[in-house]
Amino acid sequence: MTKENLDVSTTIEPNVRVETRRQPMPPRERLERIFNIEDLDASYGSKPALKGVTMEIYKNFVTAIIGPSGCGKSTYIRCLNRMNDLIPGFTQTGTIRYHGQDICSGDVDPVAVRRHIGMVFQRPNPFPKSIYDNVAWGLKVLGLRDGMDERVESALTQAALWDEVKDRLKASALSLSGGQQQRLCIARAIAVEPDVVLMDEPASALDPIATQAIEQLMNELKSEYTFVIVTHNMQQAARVADMTAFFSISRGDEGQRWGELIEYDATQKIFTAPSDNRTEDYVTGRFG
Amino acid sequence: MSSHGISPAELRAVNLPRRKAVNRLMEGLATVAALIAVTILGIVIWSVAKRGAGALDLNLVTRAPVPFAFGPVKQGLANAFAGSLVLVGLATLMALPIGILVAVYLTEFAPPSIRNVVSLALDVLNGVPAIVIGIFVFGLIVIAHGQSGYAGAFALACLMLPLVARSTMEVLLLVPSSLREASLALGVPRWRTTLSIVLPQTVGGIVTGTVLAVARIAGETAPLLFVSSLAGTKTSWDPGHALQSIPVAIFELSESPDPQDHARAWAAALVLLLFILFASLGGRWLATRSRRRLSTSR
Repeated sequence: MTKENLDVSTTIEPNVRVETRRQPMPPRERLERIFNIEDLDASYGSKPALKGVTMEIYKNFVTAIIGPSGCGKSTYIRCLNRMNDLIPGFTQTGTIRYHGQDICSGDVDPVAVRRHIGMVFQRPNPFPKSIYDNVAWGLKVLGLRDGMDERVESALTQAALWDEVKDRLKASALSLSGGQQQRLCIARAIAVEPDVVLMDEPASALDPIATQAIEQLMNELKSEYTFVIVTHNMQQAARVADMTAFFSISRGDEGQRWGELIEYDATQKIFTAPSDNRTEDYVTGRFG
Repeated sequence: MSSHGISPAELRAVNLPRRKAVNRLMEGLATVAALIAVTILGIVIWSVAKRGAGALDLNLVTRAPVPFAFGPVKQGLANAFAGSLVLVGLATLMALPIGILVAVYLTEFAPPSIRNVVSLALDVLNGVPAIVIGIFVFGLIVIAHGQSGYAGAFALACLMLPLVARSTMEVLLLVPSSLREASLALGVPRWRTTLSIVLPQTVGGIVTGTVLAVARIAGETAPLLFVSSLAGTKTSWDPGHALQSIPVAIFELSESPDPQDHARAWAAALVLLLFILFASLGGRWLATRSRRRLSTSR
């Protein structure tokens, strides 16, 4: 066993995660809501992608979005910080209220929205800059200049990367491994002190050890941030999420396909006693 | 015999010798075609070098031509070299910023429909014959204000603009959209993303495109004939007056009855050819380098 493996196996204790997940959940009415999504429809050109999504996302929770390919998971999560604005032909209707404010209305600045709602992508996408500058650049541009070194160190520590890179902060971020790059992207996202961090399949390009590291840091950081994570991996949702939403594909009369929210509940309920047959088929592996 | 029911006869090729012969013939023709292309370039370089090398010395660049010279007078084409430098330099100053802005607008900001229309316009502009650009600038500037270096540089800039814009667009499109998304997701405005994340990735490519465009316009004769050709033999750096240039000088000297002038024209042609050759090779080298850098950074 190599040293690296030893390190990881000693730092990650699965029992800790199970404990946090098994905490009794307070009744939903008492939870603080970050997002109220109502009747969200989204389409690319004339192709519908999502129809009628209504759900609430709670503060300091990890919310997982699961479902088969093409069910609109990524489209949905990218609606939450207006990343879809960049795609030509994309349209959406319905409301997404963030702390009570509709972020889809015309007078809202998408740049300001993204300032508070960060995102980590499927494939690690560090800037072709040094490790330090990857974290510091966003801070500089957004005017968080005081105590730069401390901010960078704290972000890298929170992303569980500091010990591995503290001696080579000036090295290119592209020299890191895939898992390290993804943790760097997480550090970059949390360095600018967002309120919510959206994660679009953050571990799908990573090996199991790097995946575990990322799941663990989500668990540790959720007291400070709210996470929404899209994942293909049901075990991952079961491990990290407090709430889980299951999306599936619906088909129209003329062969159109779109994504719909089927069921949204506490993770444990979704995986042990789902109320919809489609959810049960999916989580038991009979479909998708 | 075999379990799939295929007999050896079915696998035997039909008419194999004939097919092999046709293949060899076509391969041979294609190879000859490639050789012809290379040979043409080789003959051009060789013939220019053979005739121009004799008159190629430092005087060519440092001394101005002497009109009505009798006997062996040391003279060169300093006025043409100076003029070409000014014309091409000014043209680059005009075309480069506009070309880059056009490319940035088209790749980063314009809706696809506008991007297609403007790209097509750039391609058409690129295809407009140089002489037509010359007439256009003649009508636009020269009729009212007379010939000048500015008019010449403007004509060259018109030729350069689509080259710079198109090559810059190409490298901008190579920058992965994931990098733009990474920056935008931090809450960084689009203009800042373009300026600080996207453009630095493309510097190599933009330099390449510019070098290739400079190489191309440095040899343009036709547009300059109308707009910057009635220049004296004195070496001048002032674009307010018509400036001599290398291609126009070659054209004029080639019509001279004096064999010495012919020799100088060949020498100037050799210098121009070498410049374009090295600029193109250098540009290509820069291009592969920057492309490699982009591909490793994904």
